Parts: sequence; C-alpha cells; structure tokens
Amino acid sequence: MGPRNNVRETMLEAVPGLRAFAISLCGNVDRADDLVQETLLRAWANMGSFQPGTNMPAWLFTILRNLFRSEYRKRRREVEDVDGSYAETLTSLPEQNGRLEIVEFRDALKLLPSEQRESLILVGASGFSYEEAAQICGCAVGTIKSRVNRARSRLAEILSIDSVGDFGPDRETRAVRVRISPALIGLNR
Amino acid sequence: MNEDTPSRRIRTMYAQRSKKTLVVKLGPDIHAKIGMQLRVMYDEVVDQGVPERFIQMLKRLDDPDCEVS
Repeated sequence: MGPRNNVRETMLEAVPGLRAFAISLCGNVDRADDLVQETLLRAWANMGSFQPGTNMPAWLFTILRNLFRSEYRKRRREVEDVDGSYAETLTSLPEQNGRLEIVEFRDALKLLPSEQRESLILVGASGFSYEEAAQICGCAVGTIKSRVNRARSRLAEILSIDSVGDFGPDRETRAVRVRISPALIGLNR
Repeated sequence: MNEDTPSRRIRTMYAQRSKKTLVVKLGPDIHAKIGMQLRVMYDEVVDQGVPERFIQMLKRLDDPDCEVS
C-alpha cells in the first residue's frame, strides 16, 4: 500500500464524521454530501499543504467548515431551507428509544446560533478536544469553551429539562415500573 | 381505611422518585443527557458508513485510469 493509498484510507475513514458534521451545519443531506464531496476534492488538490503526521480529520473538518461558511455567505437567503431530508436519515432508531426525542433535540439544536452549534457538535459529538475545535473554527480555546457552555445551557432551557426523567420514558422509568409489579403481586398474597 | 393500597404505594414511589430527580436539577446529569442525545443524533449518520459515491470518487482521484462503473 503506497502513501497515497494511506491518504485515501484516512480520508475515507473521516467521511462518516464529515457527513454528520455537514448535516448538522446545513440540515440537508444532499447539500451535506455535496459539501463533503467538495471538501475531499479540495483536500486532495491541496494535499501539499497538509503536514504529514498532523491531524488529518481536523484538517478536513476545517476545510469543510470554511467551505460551508463561504457558501453560506453566498446563499444566505436559501439557508432557511433546512427542514429538508434530515428526518429521512432517522431510520434505525427503535421507537422506544425516543425517535421523537431526537427530532425534538435536533429542532432545539437548530435554534442555537451557528457558532454555538458547531462548537457543541465538534466537542460533544465529533470527539475533538477543545484545542482541536478551536483550530477548526479559527478561534481561541476559551471561546470554544464558552460557546459550548452557552450551547448546553440554552439547549437545557429550550427543551425545558428540569429533570432527567423529562426526557421521556427511558430505561430507568421502565425499570421502576418493573419493580412495582412484584410489589403488587406480594400485596395480593 | 387501608393505608397501604397498591395505588398509594405507586404514588409514594413516584413521589420519592420525583423528589430525587428534583435534586439533580441542572446538575451534571443534564449535561450527560444532552451529550447522549447529541451522540445518538450524530451516530445515526456516522453509522451509515461511507456512501459509495465517495469510495468511487477517491478511487478515481487516486488512479484516474482505473475503470469504475
């Protein structure tokens, strides 16, 4: 396997995360995939500016974010078309695991300012460190930290989470119900 | 009256439970729950893997002569 094959493999490995990030930015699967495609083409054409041994996923995420933001500026009026086909990707969640919860959560996420949303996604879902997220977004580490904190508080507020149980009937709630039944049987003896 | 009816027990259990959850209000559990939702949402896409178009595209970039359908 030559070095270019390694590069190709690394890029392919980054694709699922790049798609998830792109969908969270633009809210539409088709546009997200175009964004990922453009990112890979740019990265391939500019491979010379990538320093071997450094973080390739972070580099690819940086390219994708920059492409999105320049496109966003160009197509500002079209950006409100975000309800598109994202829901179609929610295909494999078992009903009892709260598909509705995820839809609500996604809607709440859309209400966040874009800087807060991207910071939260990069740190909370993509698994980047605060330092890497700062590099991707081109800002200070402290800025990322404060955006993530504000994003979390705002989400909790939007979703009116005043207790863990408010997230719907989860495994814990069901466990409580199961524990009640033997108690009832005991009483009937 | 019977003090220990099943419905009373259930009510008491739920009351105890809600008292308990009030204590964790805005605590680290909320952050954990948000983090979990975030990852569930994200992994929905990640678990779809790499769509064929990207595999073919990178193959062509890597070797422009290679025949791909």
